[in-house]
Amino acid sequence: MKFGILVSEGPYQHQASDSAYQFTKAALEKGHEIFRVFFYHDGVNNGTRLTVPPQDDRHIVNRWSELAKKYNLDLVLCIAAAQRRGMLDENEAKRQGKDANNIAPGFRISGLGQLVEAGIQSERLVVFGD
Amino acid sequence: MDEMEGTIKKFLYLNRRAPYGTIYALESLEVVLIGAAFDQDVSLAFIDDGVYELKKNQDTTKAEMKNFSPTYRALEGYDVEKLYVDKASLEARGLTEEDLIVPVQVLDAAQMTQLMEQQDVVLSF
Repeated sequence: MKFGILVSEGPYQHQASDSAYQFTKAALEKGHEIFRVFFYHDGVNNGTRLTVPPQDDRHIVNRWSELAKKYNLDLVLCIAAAQRRGMLDENEAKRQGKDANNIAPGFRISGLGQLVEAGIQSERLVVFGD
Repeated sequence: MDEMEGTIKKFLYLNRRAPYGTIYALESLEVVLIGAAFDQDVSLAFIDDGVYELKKNQDTTKAEMKNFSPTYRALEGYDVEKLYVDKASLEARGLTEEDLIVPVQVLDAAQMTQLMEQQDVVLSF
C-alpha cells in the first residue's frame, strides 16, 4: 500500500505527531511505501532542528530525521505555515533577510501543492490531527 | 507531474472549526485554493462550528483579525462549487441558509455520511 501522511499538530503539544511517526515507522517496517509526509498547521514545528527536549524524553524531531535518512522519506513542511511560525530553510532565510535558518535534516520546505499531490498519488492519505 | 495527468480523485475538505480562534479554517481555505490548480473533483463540507465560516456579515475589526470570509465567494471562480452544510450543525446554532455568504446544499447526517463515503481523499481541518 502507498500511503500519504498529513501531520497537523506540533510535537510535544499533541499526540498526533507521535501517532503519525509511529504509524509511518510501522508502515515502512511492514514494507509499505510512504509517498510523502506533509506537515501543516503547527505540524511544521516537527521540523525545527532547534528543538531541545529534556534528555529523558523522546526527541521527536531527531526521530523524524533518522527515519527520513533510513528510508529516504520525503518530509515536507508547508512553506506558508512554516513562515507564519518562524521556520525558514537556508534559501528562505536569505530571501527574507533573516539571520538564521532552522530546518532539521531530512526535511524540506515546499508548497501546499505537495499535499494535494500526496492525496492524488497515494492509495490512502492518513490525517493525524485534532 | 505526467504520472498524475488524467487522475481525478474526489477530494473532500471537511471544515469543523469556527473561522477565528484557531487557524484551521484559514489554513484549510488555503489548501482548497492551491488545490484548485490540480483539476480534481473538489467538495467542501461544513459541520459543527465550521458552519460559522460561511456566516454573512463577519466583522473582525475589534478582534484585529483578517476577515477572510469573502474568499468563500471567490471559490466559484476556482471551479469549487460543491459546498455542503450539515443541517443539524446549522440548526443548533440558530442559523439558516439565508445567513450564509454563499449558496450551499444542506445535508442531513445520513446524506453527509454518504458524501464522505463517496470520497477518495478526506482532509479534515
